[in-house]
Amino acid sequence: MQDKLNEIEKTALDSLSSITDPAALEAWRVAHLGRSSPLMSVFSGLGKLSKEERPVIGQAANRVKVTLEAALEERTKAVKAAMLAKSLEEEVLDVTLPGRKKYVGRLHPSTQQLRRVLDILAEMGFQVFTSREVETDEYNFQLLNFPPHHPARDMQDTFFIEAEGRGDDPILMRTHTSPGQIHAMRKFAAMNPSDPPPIRIALPGMCFRYEQITARSEVQFNQVEGLAVGKNITFADLKGTIADFVRRMFGENARLRFRASYFPFTEPSAEVDVECFVCGGKGCAVCKNSGWLEILGCGMVHPVVLQNGGYDPAIYSGYAWGMGPERQLMLRNKVGDIRYFWGNDVRFLEQF
Amino acid sequence: MKIPLSWLKDFIDLEGLSVEDIARKLTLAGMEVDEIRYVGLPMPNHAAQGMHSSGRHEFKTSGIAWDREKIVVGEIREVKPHPNADKLTLLDLYDGQQDQVVLTGAPNIFHLKGTGKLPKPIKVAYAKEGATLYDGHAEGQVLMTLKRAKIRGVESYSMACSEKELGITEEHEGIILLDDDAPVGMPLVDYMGDAVLDISILPNMARNVNVVGIARELAAMLGRELKKSSDQLPVISDQLPVTSGQSVKELVEIEITEPELNPRFVVGLIRNVEIKPSPYQIQRRLKLAGIRPINNVVDATNYAMLELGEPLHAFDYDVLVSRVGQVSNLPNKKIKIITRTAKDGEKLTTLDGVERTLTATNVLVCDEKGSLSLAGVMGGAESEVTDSTKNILLEGAAWNFINIRRTAKQHNLPSEASFRFSRGVHPSLAEHGVRLGLKYMADWSGGAVAPDLVDAYPLPPKDAVVDITVNDVKRWLGIDLTLEQTADLLKRLEFKCKITNNKLQVTAPPHRLDIGEGIVGMADVLEEVARVYGYDNIPTTTMADALPPQVGNPVHEWEEHLRDLLVALGFQEVVTYRMTSVERESRIAHHDDYVRLTNPIAPEKSVLRRSLIASVLDTLEKNIRYSDSFSFFEIGPIFEPVKNDLPNESRKLAIAMTGLREATAWDVKDSPKLDFYDLKGRIELMLSGLRLPNVSYTASDSYSHLHPGKTAELKVNGQVVGAFGELHPLVKEQYELGDSPILVAEFDLDLLRGIQPAYGIKTIPETPPIYEDIAVIVDEAVLAESVEALIRQTGGRSVTNVRLFDVYRGDQIGAGKKSLAYALTYQAEDKTMTDAEAAAIRNKIVKRLEKELGAKLRS
Repeated sequence: MQDKLNEIEKTALDSLSSITDPAALEAWRVAHLGRSSPLMSVFSGLGKLSKEERPVIGQAANRVKVTLEAALEERTKAVKAAMLAKSLEEEVLDVTLPGRKKYVGRLHPSTQQLRRVLDILAEMGFQVFTSREVETDEYNFQLLNFPPHHPARDMQDTFFIEAEGRGDDPILMRTHTSPGQIHAMRKFAAMNPSDPPPIRIALPGMCFRYEQITARSEVQFNQVEGLAVGKNITFADLKGTIADFVRRMFGENARLRFRASYFPFTEPSAEVDVECFVCGGKGCAVCKNSGWLEILGCGMVHPVVLQNGGYDPAIYSGYAWGMGPERQLMLRNKVGDIRYFWGNDVRFLEQF
Repeated sequence: MKIPLSWLKDFIDLEGLSVEDIARKLTLAGMEVDEIRYVGLPMPNHAAQGMHSSGRHEFKTSGIAWDREKIVVGEIREVKPHPNADKLTLLDLYDGQQDQVVLTGAPNIFHLKGTGKLPKPIKVAYAKEGATLYDGHAEGQVLMTLKRAKIRGVESYSMACSEKELGITEEHEGIILLDDDAPVGMPLVDYMGDAVLDISILPNMARNVNVVGIARELAAMLGRELKKSSDQLPVISDQLPVTSGQSVKELVEIEITEPELNPRFVVGLIRNVEIKPSPYQIQRRLKLAGIRPINNVVDATNYAMLELGEPLHAFDYDVLVSRVGQVSNLPNKKIKIITRTAKDGEKLTTLDGVERTLTATNVLVCDEKGSLSLAGVMGGAESEVTDSTKNILLEGAAWNFINIRRTAKQHNLPSEASFRFSRGVHPSLAEHGVRLGLKYMADWSGGAVAPDLVDAYPLPPKDAVVDITVNDVKRWLGIDLTLEQTADLLKRLEFKCKITNNKLQVTAPPHRLDIGEGIVGMADVLEEVARVYGYDNIPTTTMADALPPQVGNPVHEWEEHLRDLLVALGFQEVVTYRMTSVERESRIAHHDDYVRLTNPIAPEKSVLRRSLIASVLDTLEKNIRYSDSFSFFEIGPIFEPVKNDLPNESRKLAIAMTGLREATAWDVKDSPKLDFYDLKGRIELMLSGLRLPNVSYTASDSYSHLHPGKTAELKVNGQVVGAFGELHPLVKEQYELGDSPILVAEFDLDLLRGIQPAYGIKTIPETPPIYEDIAVIVDEAVLAESVEALIRQTGGRSVTNVRLFDVYRGDQIGAGKKSLAYALTYQAEDKTMTDAEAAAIRNKIVKRLEKELGAKLRS
């Protein structure tokens, strides 16, 4: 009997070693550990054995069963591992085939840039103040220290709106967001006319100039102005604020320079150049080899403007600066044609 | 304004500074140099390497440098014929070291051919073999190197240069004939090498539209002295040749009728001028400054204007005398100059030969016979200087700059004179200008100046006086300067300064009109302090002032949130022109009245838009070929006219969608097209993102641009805020928009924003749900909305979700019917719901649907 068991074990183990697939493993299990397998018939024949033989053979048969089960488990693992290895080897994608696209939404590039600017200004304490796009001459020019027929008006060619009987106060498309300076100052001053509160606001919005539409000039463009009014606000503070802003906007190492300039609503006035962030000032097509990029205009709020806003220039001072989000994008993203912005060609918009 | 550097050097020592250093100084001080054009002087390396060199060069640069060794002053001693060519000559030329034979075809010395040794040698610009010049025969400016060649049997290796070859002008008709005092053998660059600065002049710097002004600024910025300032100009009695004849005061009188428009009028007289070309160096400077030389008299007026900033006008004195004779028989009748406003409709023929019809705001210079010139803008034809003019009456005047600006615009007459007068020229310059003009006329024409000037000066401007304190400087600029330091800075710009009682009293110099009084004057003066101090030297500080009250901008913040929602829903934002045309909008919107531009840039941009959806559809149309799916939105104003007043600027949201619902791929070939329900689904998600409750959608056929059967009106809290749906087929025909349905929406954001949002959320139940589907068959006319409403109403709080997942029509259920299948979620708030409880609710729902909507449960 013992020999028979040895034979059963040997036959079973021999046949197991060549098995490589799960179906054969199952067939092997039925053949060697199944109900009608030789080993099982040994167990079922135990009753016919003598009382002395029974425990000996029973134990021996049990040991064979344990051995075969262990061998099966080990073989099963090996077969699974081999199969996985094979399938991993076979399941290879062409990862260079294009992925499936999804239609996604995007903000217009101007909105994206406006947000970048306004987010930085918000962190610097400048709150958004918006005002209307169609304005009176009074708010767009006169209160900002552009008298009627003043040569400074030549700097801002203007679209006028049909209206009668308005004399020296025609209706027009605002040429800058600066009328908002007056609206804002008057609103803040009204809170406490005898001692108006300080102001720190950002004025974003669409502006309009009478210009031929070309790759370099447009009839409408966004502007963002910053305005700070208070006691003891100086030109040095203006420089500090602009340096902070430029560092955030154009990078830690952005060098800048202030050039004297002229705007009727600020004095002193300056234009600010940033060292070209495309070439680092070495000279390139974006900065036209000058090494500098003209990015904003600024100055101390003119006394007449403070006065018109309800702030006594003998006590209060302030500064303002303005810049163009589209111009910043043109420089940063090398947009060669300003008409792209309101052209809204999807092939342009999709790149932002 | 173009200024030759050599001219600046007449007034300031610029030793030790490169051209670029000078340009940078000016640029930082507010006189931006747009371009440097080298005309002889050595160029910086980058520029010398040619136009396309890379690397940093601060200024746009052009031009040519003249080689010291190879281009020199030469003198022609004889003009000999060429043995084999009639039109060529051979010049016998001395270059300071040796004799040369130079071949030329120059027409302006051809008449000297074969006349033998010249009685007086002719000075020319002589270029030797190997010199780099512009090719005189090429179109434009092409560099070439002078090489040895045989021309008609005679060897040529050098040339006498034209202005084109040296880069002075485009002129190639003859060679340059230098002034007689040009030193033979001197490198030409030392004699007349130059660089031209092209400077933009800001409106508040009208005082600097001249050489003296720029020199004065440079002197201030560099801390150097001017060689001569504007008040050191010629004095008639001691510096000019004076006729012993009558004083001009005995010959001419002046009457100013409107001192506000004409505060000063000065004339001087010069007799016996010989009209001829000006000296070459003068002509060269004028050309570099962009002015065409005419003759020594006209050139003198232009030269004095460019130098000092006072436009002058020369009258032919004898014409004025003869005009007196035409109106008066009195002997020795004085010429009477009258300045007055024109009569409406009065005519004047200006120098350019155009007869102009004048209006009452135009100012005229007249005599007793009639008008002579359009004041400050352009002279009249009759009294202009001609080749036979002998005696000149020279005018220098001051005019109201706004009046001149309007007149120049009205007659479309931009001139050098009106450019300056329309920006403001100080009346003090009228006298200086006349003296300077007379000096140059005397120098160049041999004439003699009559004693005295006639000076009518009814309205001298007050020199602005401003008080400045140490605190003003500190408060406005953020720098600590003593009054003495402040005064030192201002004196450099010729301000007069006096310190008394801790105040600096500043008086503006008599060439400035841009300094105001009081607090405005303070800012004007502080700007000058800052400029001379140097903006770069002002420190960079952090504001110490109090923080302002925090005030939000709900409109802006809400719209930004809406933009984010729409982008998350797959929409591309567009931003379009505010300006459009009635015609373009009329494809979709019809309005009687628009906000109209008085000066549109183009017919298609003549009004402000009233329909945002029109703008978005235009954008869609332009793009339709470039993608297979579009979901556009725009947020912005439309403009509703208010007669003779500011329009209403209403905020709108417009949406347009068309094309495929899903993107295709190499293994996904097809996608359904976007339809009404795609748009509606996004609107539903947008509104839930805005947290707007109580939304309803009502079918509407009252929107003419929308398909009458595929339009929903959106109501929030019972208020209509807009409509959406499929574009009406007839409207779609107006556009080229392809075959897919076009879905559009327009909402009034002012209304939408006004609705109170509901911010509360539903708690997530912890009890297990029971899911069940039911399908009911109803008549076609029964709206899905009413079925769902009844289910929710009947189920009450036990039914926590109702979702329509199928709509079926077909033979199985019969014509005129539809089957609506709903997935229901039953849930109890505080315990586990049993199947029996759910079944009871379901039965109640089915019964009510049967009873109230005629529904049949589909099994």
